[in-house]
Amino acid sequence: MDSLTEIISRCEELDFDLKFTRAKEWKSLDKTRVLVGYMPIYIPREVVHAANGLAIGILGGGDKKLIIKGDAYYQSYICHMPRSILELVMDGHFEGFDGFIFPSICDVIRNLSGMFQLLGKGRFIKYLDLPQNFKRHIGGEFYKQELQHILEEIYKINGVEVTSERLCHSILMFNKNRRLTEQIYTIRQEFPWRMTAADLYHIVRAGYVIPVEEHNEILENVIRLIQEERGDPLDKIRVMVIGAFCEQPPVGLIRTIEMAGCYIVEDDFLLGARWIQGDIDPAGTDPLSAISNAYLEKSTFSSSVYDVDNPKEGRMIKLMTDRKADGIIFAAPSFCDPALLDHPMLQKACNDKNIRFISFLYSENTGQFKVIKEQVGTFSDSIKLWDEPVLSGNKE
Amino acid sequence: MIIQKEMITRIFKDLSTAKETGKKVVYTFVPGNISELILSFDMLPVYPEINALQSGMRKKSGGFILDAEKHGHSEDVCTYVKCDVGMMINGNIGPMGEKIPDPDLLLLSYTGCFTFMKWFETLERLYPGVPVALLHTPYQEGHKITLEMTSYMVKQLKEEVIPKMEKVSGNKYSEEKLKMQLANSSKVEDYIIKIFDTTKHRPSPIDAYFAGVYYIGPINIGFRGTPEAVTYYEELYKEILLRIEKGLGPITPEGVIEEERFRLVVEGPPNWTHFREFWKLFYDMGAVIVASSYTKVGGVYDMGFRVNPDKPLESLAEYCMNCYTNLSLQQRVELLSKCITEYHADGFLVNSIKSCNSFSAGQLMIMQQLEKQLEIPVGFIESDLVDPRYFSYSNIKNRLESFFQMLEQRKYILNK
Repeated sequence: MDSLTEIISRCEELDFDLKFTRAKEWKSLDKTRVLVGYMPIYIPREVVHAANGLAIGILGGGDKKLIIKGDAYYQSYICHMPRSILELVMDGHFEGFDGFIFPSICDVIRNLSGMFQLLGKGRFIKYLDLPQNFKRHIGGEFYKQELQHILEEIYKINGVEVTSERLCHSILMFNKNRRLTEQIYTIRQEFPWRMTAADLYHIVRAGYVIPVEEHNEILENVIRLIQEERGDPLDKIRVMVIGAFCEQPPVGLIRTIEMAGCYIVEDDFLLGARWIQGDIDPAGTDPLSAISNAYLEKSTFSSSVYDVDNPKEGRMIKLMTDRKADGIIFAAPSFCDPALLDHPMLQKACNDKNIRFISFLYSENTGQFKVIKEQVGTFSDSIKLWDEPVLSGNKE
Repeated sequence: MIIQKEMITRIFKDLSTAKETGKKVVYTFVPGNISELILSFDMLPVYPEINALQSGMRKKSGGFILDAEKHGHSEDVCTYVKCDVGMMINGNIGPMGEKIPDPDLLLLSYTGCFTFMKWFETLERLYPGVPVALLHTPYQEGHKITLEMTSYMVKQLKEEVIPKMEKVSGNKYSEEKLKMQLANSSKVEDYIIKIFDTTKHRPSPIDAYFAGVYYIGPINIGFRGTPEAVTYYEELYKEILLRIEKGLGPITPEGVIEEERFRLVVEGPPNWTHFREFWKLFYDMGAVIVASSYTKVGGVYDMGFRVNPDKPLESLAEYCMNCYTNLSLQQRVELLSKCITEYHADGFLVNSIKSCNSFSAGQLMIMQQLEKQLEIPVGFIESDLVDPRYFSYSNIKNRLESFFQMLEQRKYILNK
């Protein structure tokens, strides 16, 4: 078995291979395999998997891609990620991709789906209008119809009939993936020094570009390795990072937060991989309904989901309690409507509960972290030196 | 204008006495503005976007926005939202100087704009206890409305929106009342197309952007479905026909445009804080806007859609799905292309708004597509809705002057 260092190194390589080499190799082995790119945050990858496809998370070029053409399509006051995605499109990085799915997050991603259509990319483009009505016979019915359309598009390409058995099997695979990921987060919650947040990020992100079966194996190996004691506990505070669910922070930023005196014990970086809380029930004759019901009833909270009947502030605070965090870092990409429009509500809730927080902006290619390091360092020191425990179980 | 002023005065008077008269107040949005349904319950609609743009025109929005930013709102987000929040923080005194009544219901018609959802999530926290009725309008990603999309919306109307309206208003849903309102709306929709089609004439009798936003006022501020709206548009159309007879150009605050030098199609909302100055830039150049996308933000009728009173709830659903920012980019390109061709435009101009991603994201590609397809000069300027910090007069004037020079040169070459 590979060492943890080797696993992380391999995952890092996969994460930032903007040519998607592994995925394209996978596809080349079977004519009925398809590659379907998807934008953040969440799509039910089970559906693509059941159709003999590989859902590839498209998270932009990060700080690995120089943007020239992409900038020509966007004004300065639009976030950075769609520019790098367009750059990847126009430089041919998605050659071999059969289709693209754009889940409803915000108007920028919505209109990006239109730009892909105008550019004639992929054999299908699907804007997945995730329902904002959470009743099974209303939003659920509509959602199932949306998923059925995805299956129909893939069927037109590869002729693979998606039976209940195939879909149930896919559900089991991704249930396992979510459970294993959650297990790693639980171990890190107790022993955050055993693996850095940046390393965890690499491991989870690798799951966006390789088959779920391979990723499950990686996760199992990681769990075995971090169940053993390793590293030294340091005097750091425990934080949640909220707001970075779409345009990803550079890995350097994640490292900076931890170097500045924090253990990141919870985050929403790759929220799509952890979107469904708990298992999707694979039993029964209608697994598509099971996937739909899981979205309606087991979704995590998110800035892109209507929350009046289930306010996100309370859920955020509960998560903080569960993770025994000392404070929250609101890290949002510049010009991110979903995250930034939520900040006043979420930060008011923190103030009302006397929860410490800080806030800053980034973009996917931010290269300078000194100011953020100072800000986070001060935050960390202020909690360590002067803070009283405010939520039970906050401090060890 | 006189009829419109009377209509606006009446609606604000009704609002100012709503609490005394016991009329319930519904906050909702212009895109997906199902005021026929609201009025059928005898409730009064309020449009926070309209309050925001009116505040912009009255130079109050800057202060409201700063107050919202002091309360934690980012500089990067929609200035309509911030203006509304700021106005609320300052006692909810509306642009006319009267207190806007608090809502009894927040009708979150989530149509063509993600920010709407966040806006009303914010207002729900600021008005605790006020119910929110969500109507999720599916996006026309496949460039058409399907039965599934309509069915999703009708179910929401039946099981979510109407029950909440019944509870808040104390009145039962009356399909007959709604049908009557929709019959009026259908007539108004016909008139709107006739009115905006008059710009095919040379000279165009109206400006379809700066004046156009006034013309769509009545149907966007709560008169959809009313007999008054029918009367207004009937009279407006007659007035415009007279202008055509006399060969008159558009009326502007600076006077009538005597010589129509350029005909333009404009994409994007106008700036409100410097509206008159902005308009004058075009007046000075003899530039008339013959079509604009912003006048379609509250409903697109150019492709033949009309509400059908025989199918009331389906009509409301399809109306919502047909609002401009709920169209796919491909549909937007097709619609703008149709406007440029049918209204004989010399050029296409984008006014890109900093805080409106729904309009702005993708505009540069739309521009590129139209330039390629139609071989037409395109121009691009940037401003904002109601944040005065993002209107640079000299910058905009420079760009417009270059654009008009390009149009002039092209005319000369084509006429040679």
